Amino acid sequence: MTTATTIQPDYNMKVVRQFTLTTILWGIIGMAVGVLIAAQLIWPALNFDTPWLTYSRLRPLHTNAVIFAFGVSALMATSFYVVQRTCQTKLFGGPLASWVFWGWQLVILSAVVSLPLGYTTAKEYAELEWPIGILITLVWVMYAVVFFGTLVKRKTSHIYVANWFFGAFILTVAVLHIVNNLAIPLSMSSMKSYSIYAGAVDAMVQWWYGHNAVGFLLTAGFLGMMYYFVPKQANRPVYSYRLSIVHFWALIAVYIWAGPHHLHYTALPDWAQSLGMVMSLILFAPSWGGMINGIMTLSGAWHKLRTDPILRFLVVSLSFYGMSTFEGPMMAIKTVNALSHYTDWTIGHVHSGALGWVAMITIGAVYHLVPRLFNQKGMYSVALINLHFWLATIGTVLYIVAMWISGVMQGLMWRAVNDDGTLTYTFVESLEKSYPFYTIRFIGGLVFLSGMLIMAYNTYKTVTAKDGTIKLQELG
Amino acid sequence: MDFATFNGLYTLFLIVIFVGLILWAYSKKQKKTFEDIANSIFDEPQDSTTSESESSKHTGAKK
Repeated sequence: MTTATTIQPDYNMKVVRQFTLTTILWGIIGMAVGVLIAAQLIWPALNFDTPWLTYSRLRPLHTNAVIFAFGVSALMATSFYVVQRTCQTKLFGGPLASWVFWGWQLVILSAVVSLPLGYTTAKEYAELEWPIGILITLVWVMYAVVFFGTLVKRKTSHIYVANWFFGAFILTVAVLHIVNNLAIPLSMSSMKSYSIYAGAVDAMVQWWYGHNAVGFLLTAGFLGMMYYFVPKQANRPVYSYRLSIVHFWALIAVYIWAGPHHLHYTALPDWAQSLGMVMSLILFAPSWGGMINGIMTLSGAWHKLRTDPILRFLVVSLSFYGMSTFEGPMMAIKTVNALSHYTDWTIGHVHSGALGWVAMITIGAVYHLVPRLFNQKGMYSVALINLHFWLATIGTVLYIVAMWISGVMQGLMWRAVNDDGTLTYTFVESLEKSYPFYTIRFIGGLVFLSGMLIMAYNTYKTVTAKDGTIKLQELG
Repeated sequence: MDFATFNGLYTLFLIVIFVGLILWAYSKKQKKTFEDIANSIFDEPQDSTTSESESSKHTGAKK
């Protein structure tokens, strides 16, 4: 490398720093709410007979906080970082990036207030009522302008693959959000609105949105993160750039069709259910294309896993991604779905993806980012990163294994019939049998959350240390 | 053209596009370009964690 290239362009790293720190903050809050509602399922008295602390209001707060506060903050931090570094130019739009940050914090605060108060559209993952929906649209358009504007004024000849995934995520989430949130307010002074869709069409639009929020936000967005941070942390180029092109187009072409698998055996037409099932099965191939590409990037450098816990986070996240994208297509098969749907198996599957894939790749990326954003050689303590890694892994495994067992048990109990055709078990009997697993799930969540607190401490020590005083460390 | 014929032709069109994409991505002509792009994330200004000597230690693309 020549000295000429070492001149640091005038990047906008302030917004990246802000989003990186809020990622950790919202991660802790969102996961803490998750641990609280997990505890409420064991000890219902924990709602303290207060309406805004009931499970039904806190559950959407938990999902919104972890997906839109933690997840999207992480995606905005990494996409702004990656697009500047790979395009070798400053963010487009000057103060616009700052407006995206404060606008998004306003969206999150609106959710934190309105959801416990009971304002909800009752659409899963799109619960926020119409005024907040409009605010999200405005912030999202600014986000898209900054991101795509930066791509347009890039100094490099090509657009690196990570940006393709970030771009697909930003574009598709805009379309999904607008279409699913089309609603007519009761009056201009009322928070209440009614969706313009009705019946089976409403259900289909909702799960076209719901599954593509998984596909484009929680998958494509985080694959963008993977395609930059895994090669950077391993210090090797991605295993196959050609595979990344093929699996990008295959993934975005197929994901959009998979939504109907959320509506098996409902009023949705049979042909649409079958189409959703087949498309979900095909989806297995491009999903594993991404996983293989990420993991194989380490081929010839596996020894780095012994000394680098950040790389451990990234590689284990890819393993969980591979697991849950195998499990997903299996659960989309109608006969398997007849057993799994409406049980805790679904919750286990979601958290295998959410804790194992989304949270772990984010944690790895944040540990990569923090020293670079705050002028240090490394994090304050690599030993604490390693401790966090084990807490996160053990927490995730406890959680998903408990939910698998509980879910399969529930599915079997609910479908059991006596010789005379009556149900063998009442619903309450299956609930009683689930208690031990709810306790294991609570412990798993608590273990995972404690790792996040260690991360906050480690980050605090790194950020507040004098510039350049932390030296590079390796695990002994 | 009825709806079924249109669907069939459209599916065929998508298959042709996808096969074309694979042929393009895996053609010999593009190999060098893609290797350069894959390596491009390493030719950027240094950050606080790297020193002059270790910044170019990464190895080249394999596939």
